[in-house]
Amino acid sequence: MSFSWAKPYEPKHPVMRWLDERLPLPRVIYGAIGGGYPVPRNLNYWWNFGVLAGIFLTIQILTGIVLAMHYTASTTDAFNSVNQLIMRDVNAGWLLRYAHMNGASFFFLVVYIHMFRGLYYGSYKAPRELVWMLGLVIYLLMMATAFMGYVLPWGQMSYWGAQVITNFFSAIPVVGDPLRVWVLGGYAPDQAALTRFFSLHYLLPFVIAGVVILHIWSLHIPGSGNPTGVDVKDERDTLPFHPFYTAKDGWFAAAFLLFYAIVTYFLPNYLGNPDNYIPANNLATPAEIVPEWYLLPFYAILRSFTADFILPAKLWGVVAMFSSILLLFFLPWLDKSAVRSGAYRPVFKRFFWLLVVDVIVLGWVGGSPVKPLTVAVGQVAAAYYFLHFLVILPLISRFETPLPLPSSITESVLDHREAESLPPSAARRRTKAATAAAE
Amino acid sequence: MATKAGSAEVSQTAGPIDEGDGFRRRDYLKIAAVSFAGVGGLAAIAPLFVQIAPSADVLAQSTTEVDISKIQAGSGIKAQWRKQPLFIRNLTPKEIAEADSVPLSDLRDPQTLEERTLPGHKNWLITLAVCTHLGCVPLGIVPSENRGKYGGYFCPCHGSQYDTAARIRQGPAPKNLVVPDYSFTTATTVLIGSKGSK
Repeated sequence: MSFSWAKPYEPKHPVMRWLDERLPLPRVIYGAIGGGYPVPRNLNYWWNFGVLAGIFLTIQILTGIVLAMHYTASTTDAFNSVNQLIMRDVNAGWLLRYAHMNGASFFFLVVYIHMFRGLYYGSYKAPRELVWMLGLVIYLLMMATAFMGYVLPWGQMSYWGAQVITNFFSAIPVVGDPLRVWVLGGYAPDQAALTRFFSLHYLLPFVIAGVVILHIWSLHIPGSGNPTGVDVKDERDTLPFHPFYTAKDGWFAAAFLLFYAIVTYFLPNYLGNPDNYIPANNLATPAEIVPEWYLLPFYAILRSFTADFILPAKLWGVVAMFSSILLLFFLPWLDKSAVRSGAYRPVFKRFFWLLVVDVIVLGWVGGSPVKPLTVAVGQVAAAYYFLHFLVILPLISRFETPLPLPSSITESVLDHREAESLPPSAARRRTKAATAAAE
Repeated sequence: MATKAGSAEVSQTAGPIDEGDGFRRRDYLKIAAVSFAGVGGLAAIAPLFVQIAPSADVLAQSTTEVDISKIQAGSGIKAQWRKQPLFIRNLTPKEIAEADSVPLSDLRDPQTLEERTLPGHKNWLITLAVCTHLGCVPLGIVPSENRGKYGGYFCPCHGSQYDTAARIRQGPAPKNLVVPDYSFTTATTVLIGSKGSK
């Protein structure tokens, strides 16, 4: 749908032709992830993580559906339905649960890599602003889903996580406390909260899948970006998604899933918190309460506000935490540089890596106990996070001199003089010969 | 596929590297890779299917011990075994005689009362209380209920009639009521679900 040279779907089998005339679903699939979607030929491995995120969403939905067949959403039975029934009695239940637990972590891992890919290569810039914003919607939905899923086993971390997260609402002036009671259906997390979290935890992944379709749809209007950030100019700049990127994505997914399988089989609880193997106790908070690793940077931002300043510290923390994500919606307008790719932006590139370090520091602070040093480091890192997006990025885009861009994607990957001097058809013939020789 | 003549794509053409019989190295690699991934994929989704089977806690309910000392002749009790209802009936000599007098050729599912009870315990008729038609619980375990034309059990759902050996005599059910494995642990207790060590 994006380029004039995109191959139209031509059904080979009469059954497919019959279907295509009545319901052009095969045509849509062919144009989206088949030979009918031209993709820049110079994508590097950072471009594999979108497909991987889709794979992990699928893994989470499949394992989640079967886990829900055995799980009991009741404050008295939930803990045992997970830790006795699923972990010991159900056939392969332990594997399904560990796959789901670690699948959540890996889903976030690939999504973070996917997002930082977007930040480095300017994937959020025109004409792909909406792709970026829909991605952020997916990310917010993922965080809500992950949080509610974490509550379901009804262990100590589940319970106190629910208590802490729902208390974010109580920071809102005037309506905060009644709002929190309304959200929980009670004064503390209990049966009403557990049942609604289970219901929503089952629902939201399908909402995510719907937004993923919009995300891909809006991406396929301009077509995929690429590491040079230069627009596709002609047919030589692209390859059909199938078989070229299906093969590359397929092999990379197999390799990455191996990494996931190793963690699931040999370190299944490495990313989890042992306190969640203690049944929920509404009278005793665990000594140290930490969220899952993928939420730690935001947790650090939340804890950075220790003193009241006009507004209560509690409100500042919650506002800052939500703002840290919401401001990303404005990123396409904060970074005004016309050059997309960080590879051609020497100043931006340095600050990009500084941001990566800053987020890792925030994550470390979020996972550490509250001490004067960690709080101070967290405050500096949280301040820098906002400084990066609100001050540094707009300034860089005004003063930076970007490096010269290649005139086309083909030029950036092939021998320069050859690509420039030859007409398209001649270049194609030469490439054909070169590929054949390589074979 | 990769060598489609006239393809407009630059490097989709792998080149005519034939090895005589038209089978290229690329074809071999493709088949090997896809088969390998296919087998791995099947193995990976196996847990999604094996989890459906009964779990260990369900299988642990496989035997049930029942005290039968209080059951009067001519009456019976309902028990539970693997969450299924069970009839334990103490037959009267008259009911035994009725069952024995039926010629096997009259039966839809021919079986004698001896074959449906344990030796020395011919008066103890133990069957699942699950009609073999569509699974309702038949009436007739106590004398006050409708026992049907043959004095055994009557299924109210679709009118199947069983005789005093719980054999199907009339109605849509295809088979006699099922006799589970069981054994007498003492003169007055039975262990349902186990044939016993003898």
